[in-house]
This record gives sequence, structure tokens and C-alpha cells, in this order.
Amino acid sequence: MRRFATLALALLALGAGPRSGFETMTPELQAMQRDDFANPGMLWVAEGEALFQRQGCTGCHTPAQMVGVAARYPVFDAGRDGPIDLAGRIAQCREQRQGAAPLPTESPEALALAAYVANQSRGLPLAPDPDPRLDPARRQGEALFRERRGQLNLSCAQCHDDNAGRRLAGSAIPEGHANGYPLYRLEWQGLGSLRRRLRSCMVGVRSEPFPPDAPEYLALEAYLAMRARGLVVETPAIRP
Amino acid sequence: MRAACAALLLWAAPVLAQPAAFQVVGDTIPASLTGTPGDAARGRAIVTTRQRGLCLLCHSGPFPEEPFQGDLAPSLAGAGARLTKGQLRLRLVDGRRLNPATLMPAYYSTEGLVRVGRAWQGRTVLSAEEIEDVVAFLVTLQE
Ligand code: HEC
Ligand code: HEC
Ligand code: HEC
Repeated sequence: MRRFATLALALLALGAGPRSGFETMTPELQAMQRDDFANPGMLWVAEGEALFQRQGCTGCHTPAQMVGVAARYPVFDAGRDGPIDLAGRIAQCREQRQGAAPLPTESPEALALAAYVANQSRGLPLAPDPDPRLDPARRQGEALFRERRGQLNLSCAQCHDDNAGRRLAGSAIPEGHANGYPLYRLEWQGLGSLRRRLRSCMVGVRSEPFPPDAPEYLALEAYLAMRARGLVVETPAIRP
Repeated sequence: MRAACAALLLWAAPVLAQPAAFQVVGDTIPASLTGTPGDAARGRAIVTTRQRGLCLLCHSGPFPEEPFQGDLAPSLAGAGARLTKGQLRLRLVDGRRLNPATLMPAYYSTEGLVRVGRAWQGRTVLSAEEIEDVVAFLVTLQE
């Protein structure tokens, strides 16, 4: 494990592997992310830990069982015959296994639970499930990533593959990896999901975001996980 | 290449936006889209206003008051010396005619776009008047 981490770091230093958005942040923001007392995302993690107990997740799960889960997701869900992401799995446990009322998607409670579960994988390399049943979603995700869209007619790849490291006015363009979600974004003044990030990139090119439960999000998430393979989970990351 | 482009391409106006018809000659649109010259001062304001021109998302240029400029595209400094009015106009209207893979949005076209946001559907990024204002400003960038 340790050897793997060292190797991953060495590859990063050589610029061979994917680069986390962490790398292009200012030293101040990097320090804020590293320090659990300064990282506001840790408040959500603490809230999630309390909810994990209060909402009865501990009736079926130990926290230790949550280690590594976020590094593998999205996975294939036989019942849905398609991918399911971490937020989807938590909602499924709540609604189908506990018979509880659904938490509104991206509500503070849902985000806190996801942040707590994902934080159990912090420091582990993203190791997407090799399940070939996910391949169609990954292919669709890659096609969506390369498709130009919106009034400004730009694809995700044009910014995050072709122009990563350059500046879009004041913002450094990161490679666009999904290894820190849910994360605390300064611009949001709060914790937000990967979907919220994807929506803002879509709106940024004056494109109509996909409707909330569209399969396109899962496809993009499945592709992004594969694309970021080897980067460590940073949840709760900080981003500008 | 030039000869192939020299065929006159006529614009088919889409329903909502009704961009004015214009003629492409070679790598230029020789005539003003409005029939009148633009206003360089208004053009400068469009170029430097993030929400309107969006130019400085990608470009830099001689705009000392603008601290945040992009580096995805060549500097606009000297654009008016490198390119003629007609060449500048075609680059703004629809750069895809020169380079189908261009990063630069087509500022006066609603064609060939995917999933345009509801608020922007059927609308061009800039109006014909605004294109002319920007062209008038760009020709002043001589160095
Ligand atoms: C009644 C038992 C039960 C309760 C209560 C429950 N779950 Fe689950 N959970 C399961 C089962 C069973 C699975 C395995 C589902 C599968 O793999 O198809 C699972 C899977 C998961 C997974 C994915 C684990 C993996 O390795 O893929 C996560 C994350 C999870 N649950 C979170 C939660 C959270 C958070 C709560 C509380 C809101 C919760 N669960 C409540 C039964 C439960
Ligand atoms: C015009 C350029 C541009 C396009 C097109 C674009 N993005 Fe982004 N994206 C950015 C910038 C700039 C940021 C960083 C913003 C910030 O943190 O201030 C970003 C951030 C991200 C992040 C967060 C990275 C992190 O470190 O947390 C992800 C993920 C992402 N984009 C995915 C996408 C996807 C998927 C698409 C296509 C649907 C897309 N982007 C389209 C410019 C773009
Ligand atoms: C999304 C990025 C982007 C935006 C926004 C953008 N451009 Fe460009 N522009 C480019 C790129 C990249 C080129 C280089 C040529 C090419 O790739 O087609 C270019 C080329 C040009 C050229 C030709 C430069 C030369 O010296 O040959 C001019 C003039 C120009 N742009 C003006 C503008 C103006 C004015 C605006 C705003 C109204 C604007 N651009 C907005 C990306 C952009």
C-alpha cells in the first residue's frame, strides 16, 4: 500500500499520471485542505458520522466496511441494470432497505452522509470496478466528455484534456478529476456534489444541464472515475 | 484552398435568431453585417466585459485594467495589423469555417450546436451591431 502510494507520487511528479486539482491550488488552499481543523468540509464529515449512527446505518454496517467503497464507485447495480454511484447507493439503502422517506438529492443530510462514507476512503487510490457491465456507461461518458455543447460549443475535453494547466481568465484549468467529492468549494461557500460541479461546467458553456436524474450523469461519473484511476481520494477536498 | 472558399456561401437564417444574411469571400466577410461601420469604443467595452464578449476568458490583450486574462489563445495585441476587417469579421462570425476544430465560439451563428441552454436557444452570442463594434475596435489594435 505504502509502496503503491510512493510510486503514485513519483509518477505524479514526472507528470505521467493524472494530476489532481489539488496540485494547481494555492499553497494556502492546499494547507486548508490538509488541516482537518481548518477544512470546513470536516464539519460535514462529522455531521455525517452522527447521521450514520442516528439514521440506523450502523444497524447493518460498521464504519470499517465503508473503507474503500468510494474509491470503487460507481459500480454496476443488478437491480437497476446499470451503474449506481455512492449517493445513489446511500439513497437506495435508506429507501429500500430501511423503508425511510428519501432524503432530497443533494440535501445537507445526503451530502453529509456521502462525505462521511467517502472520507473513509481518503488517501486510497481510485480503483474503479473493472466490471465489464460498466463499459457501455463508460463509453457513453467518454463520448459525452468529448462532445462539444452549448452556445459556446466547447467540450469537457477541450478544457480538461487539451488546455489543462492554462488559464481561463483568472482560473487555472484543472484536469477535471472527480477524486475529492463531495467537496467544499469556496465559490459555493459550502459542500457540493460532483453533479453540482458538472452542472456548473455545463452552464458555463451555456449548455442546458441534463435533468437531475438523467443517466448521462452516471455515465460521466463512470468515465471520470476511470480517467482519474490512481489518484487518491481527497474527500472532503477544498477547491476555489 | 482559397479558391475553394471563394465560392460565395450564403447564410440560411434560422427561425428565431434571424442572423442577417452575409457573404463569405475567401477567408473574409467583406461587408458590414449591418451596412454601417461599428463603434470602436463600444467594441472595446464588449471585448473587455467578461459576460458579453467573453474574449478575455481565452485571449489576453492590451487591457491593463483587466487583471484576469486567459492564455488559451493568441494575444489580441496587433490583431488589427495581422488581419483585415473582413478577416476579423469572419473569425468572429464563425471561425469554424476557417478551422472546424477551433476553440473559439462562433459569435454570430446558431448552427451545429448541441444542447444549448434554454436562455440562449436561437440566439447568437453577439448581435450584428455588436460584431461590427468589436470589428471596429479590433482594427485599432495595430501593435
Ligand atoms: C437493513 C440493512 C441496511 C441498512 C439499514 C443500510 N444498509 Fe447500506 N447496504 C445494505 C446492503 C444489503 C448492501 C449491499 C448492497 C449490494 O451490494 O447490492 C448495502 C450497501 C451499502 C453501501 C455500498 C457498500 C459496497 O461495498 O458497495 C453503502 C455505501 C451503504 N450501504 C451505505 C449505507 C448508509 C449510509 C446507510 C444509512 C443511511 C445504510 N447503508 C443503511 C444494507 C443496509
Ligand atoms: C471552458 C472550459 C471548461 C469546460 C468546457 C468544462 N470545464 Fe470543468 N472546469 C473548468 C474550470 C476552470 C474548473 C475549475 C473551476 C474552479 O475551481 O474555479 C473546472 C472544474 C471541473 C471539475 C472539478 C475538478 C476538481 O479538481 O474538483 C470537474 C470534475 C470538471 N470540471 C468536469 C467537467 C466536465 C465533465 C465537463 C463537460 C461536461 C467540463 N468540466 C467542462 C473549465 C471547464
Ligand atoms: C473559448 C476561447 C475563445 C474565446 C472565448 C474567444 N476566442 Fe478568439 N481565438 C481563440 C483561439 C484558440 C484562436 C486561435 C485560432 C483558432 O484556433 O481558431 C482565436 C483567434 C482569434 C483571432 C485571430 C487571432 C490572430 O492573431 O490570428 C481573433 C482576432 C480573435 N480570436 C478575437 C476574439 C474576440 C474579439 C473574442 C471575443 C468577442 C474572442 N476571440 C473570443 C479562442 C477564443
